[in-house]
Amino acid sequence: MKQLNVAALPSQLQSPPQSSQSSQQSQQPRVIALGSATARTAPRLQSRRPRRMLSALLRAMVTISAAITALIILLVVGYIVAQGVSHLSPRLFELKYTSENVSMTPAIIGTLAMTALALAISAPIGIFSAVYLAEYARRGNRLVRAVRLAAETLAGIPSIVYGLFGALLFNRLWGYSLLAGAATLALMLLPLIMRTAEEALLAVPDMYREGGFGLGAGRLRVVFSITLPAASRGVVAGVILAVGRAVGETAALIFTSGTAPELPRSLLSSVRTLSVHMYVLSNEGLFIDQAYATAFILLLLTTGINALSVFAARRAGRAGK
Amino acid sequence: MRAVFLAAACVCMLAVALITLFLLANGLPAFGKIGALKFLTGTLWRPGNDIYGVAPMILGSLYVTAGAVALGAPVGVLTGVYLARFCPRRARGTLRQAVNLLSGIPSVVYGFFGLVALAPTISRVFGGSGRNMLTASLLLGLMILPTVISVTETSVSAVPDSCYQGALALGATHERAVFSAVLPAARSGVTTGIALGVARAIGEATAVVMVAGNQPAMPSGLLRGLRTLTANIVLEMGYAADLHKGALAATAVTLFVFTLGVNVLLSLGRGRRRV
Repeated sequence: MKQLNVAALPSQLQSPPQSSQSSQQSQQPRVIALGSATARTAPRLQSRRPRRMLSALLRAMVTISAAITALIILLVVGYIVAQGVSHLSPRLFELKYTSENVSMTPAIIGTLAMTALALAISAPIGIFSAVYLAEYARRGNRLVRAVRLAAETLAGIPSIVYGLFGALLFNRLWGYSLLAGAATLALMLLPLIMRTAEEALLAVPDMYREGGFGLGAGRLRVVFSITLPAASRGVVAGVILAVGRAVGETAALIFTSGTAPELPRSLLSSVRTLSVHMYVLSNEGLFIDQAYATAFILLLLTTGINALSVFAARRAGRAGK
Repeated sequence: MRAVFLAAACVCMLAVALITLFLLANGLPAFGKIGALKFLTGTLWRPGNDIYGVAPMILGSLYVTAGAVALGAPVGVLTGVYLARFCPRRARGTLRQAVNLLSGIPSVVYGFFGLVALAPTISRVFGGSGRNMLTASLLLGLMILPTVISVTETSVSAVPDSCYQGALALGATHERAVFSAVLPAARSGVTTGIALGVARAIGEATAVVMVAGNQPAMPSGLLRGLRTLTANIVLEMGYAADLHKGALAATAVTLFVFTLGVNVLLSLGRGRRRV
């Protein structure tokens, strides 16, 4: 274990054994000569002061940065919560959107429909491909590497590029619609779901699988009744994370699902999610008060979803142990 | 069933191929018609006259990203170090959760915050409309903070303790040990965090559109408005047709190449770390 650690250190750090020896050597005479030769130790004492100052400076820098971060968080969240709560009103939640009440209820329902549909497409594909990568493919297989590379590339594509792609392909097929938006979103969420599911599956000890095989189960049986249940909480945490991303997404949806403020009637009707609603409101600049309230609700929603995911992941860690 | 799983695994690759194909199929003809060099180095963007030069947006994206990293990365890295090595144990959980909260905020909400809180403040201090390069950089710097912080914290915590203790044994103070022994050992992780921040900043569309001013002209100063590659697509996709649409697809191709570059650098770095 120790050898491994030393090997992992970068080259600058491999010197400590040497330098610690030399410093011990130089310290020894100092201890002996402590009483007699003060002239020898004097420069050392002098050089210690700037060093201490440097330490204080470093500590100050770190603390100030942390304070800035804390301040920023308080400022952003506090501002949105304070402004949002004071602008909340029951009219904002009426079932039908009019330019009088600027209701966000249709957008909330639209968000639910959009997220559910996107997940219905993305979650099975993501989880199944994770099953293939973790359970079927030989580790280090070329296909596995290619799929991982593809997932990394997908994860790195900016959401507006997804939006443009969706507008070019899905919109041509289905127009501005729930379906086009959900298909675009599903592609975006795929790498996230896949990677978290794969990690969860890989974290299941091989003993479980061997136990299953030992009892005479086939690979498929092992996957569905042993590994997937054992990894389920990790998988769920990933899916919830994906829900959070879907709820917060704007750029990929503006040009695919459109911005109709009505309740969606079918898969092919245009719909706006809460994030898109928020974007439209603040761009028009007519309903800033309502935008404050919408921002607050959106913040509440995404924070709640993310907290849920963290909670699920934590339970997963506990279940794994 | 094995075939089903295999097919699912191939969807990812299919998606990448499809996206690349569609972007190229729509973007390349525009590159050809406008002239690739003219498109990339042209400084005028006038869709009305069929003049498409994307250089202002490329510069805009680069400036804003550089600004975001200059503002966000130092604070982010130092906060990550604080969380890993300086924070009192009791405060750590709270601060970490607060950072998570920040990372979960949707970009529209950031944009809205920039629009109603940040831009007016900048405008009051420096004059002008407040929608400019400085505001966009500040907002993006804020948005990349959680990424940089959490990646830095993870990689600093992952440095073996023997490294830190060795430095202490040499007579270094706690601060000195962290900054000259532990942080250098976590260098590749920190770099990864910053690169992820760069990727997020360069790809961000919604928030930037709301605060950057969006003038399609060469960026001419911190307090002037500018337009990024992402903003260019968001603003004009709604009504573009024909060559204009192609030019926007070509903009997306340019953006795609940039983000791909960042990703390649990232995975190269990761590969080196593994060795």
